[in-house]
Amino acid sequence: MFQALLFYAFSGLLLAAALGVIFSRNPVHAIMFLVAAFFQSAVLWLLAEAEFLAIILVLVYVGAVMVLFLFVVMMLDINVEQARSGLSRYAPLGLIITGLMIVELIQVIRFRSEGQVLQGFAVNPENYNNTEALGAVLYTEHVYAFEIASVILLLAIVAAITLTMRKRPGLKVQDIAMQVAVDPKDRVRIIKMESES
Amino acid sequence: MVIGLDHYLTISAVLFTLAVAGIFINRKNLILLLMCIELMLLAVNFNFIAFSRYLGDETGQVFVFFILTVAAAEAAIGLAILVVLFRNRRSINVNELDEMKG
Repeated sequence: MFQALLFYAFSGLLLAAALGVIFSRNPVHAIMFLVAAFFQSAVLWLLAEAEFLAIILVLVYVGAVMVLFLFVVMMLDINVEQARSGLSRYAPLGLIITGLMIVELIQVIRFRSEGQVLQGFAVNPENYNNTEALGAVLYTEHVYAFEIASVILLLAIVAAITLTMRKRPGLKVQDIAMQVAVDPKDRVRIIKMESES
Repeated sequence: MVIGLDHYLTISAVLFTLAVAGIFINRKNLILLLMCIELMLLAVNFNFIAFSRYLGDETGQVFVFFILTVAAAEAAIGLAILVVLFRNRRSINVNELDEMKG
């Protein structure tokens, strides 16, 4: 009962935060709502006893990805007034489509679960450790996927750096190779001349 | 009152549809579109976790782990593209990105 109360409270907050993300026109506010949404979903995952992923969600998403978003929003000088100017002309169509989608999805879920006895999640054995269980399959069964994930992260690093690196024109930098290869004859001219009294 | 699979599936469905609505509504701001994609991935992760717990199988949670990895990489590259775009065009309005006449 208490768990159900917690579930409804936090899912309500999650949906409120999601509404805040899509309706706030100031990108900084939207990011803050998204952070709130991630926190609420971490709590919901904790309620579902997926503790490791809940912690990872807070650490990786709130700690890294959202901070990255915030940095980019603050670095770009976005014209809020221009971004605020009204909904797009596809907004009514979008609202109709999303209304249909939501009704359909909920109908499907209700239809499939009709007649079945509502049962909770699988009961974990006595000293079950979520992190340990995940690690046991992650490094054995899914080790290739794990390696591919590391390559994807490397790709992201390289791509992000190469995309954003630029050579600014007019920047005063030293060319080391040219400095080393300098010949004294090119720079200094010794002139012999008579001294004048 | 037991909280089970269909509660999580319902909240995931509502979250996903809200993200789709966000993509339709915010056609002006590329950053908000990226954030709506993050919300969609979150909804998908809800489904994976709910089924993983329902079936008592950890593979779904491993899948969520990889989705989080790929989503982090996607966010990094997407934001890098966004920065380059803003540097070149001084705007991130989606409606102005019509160079390829698509």
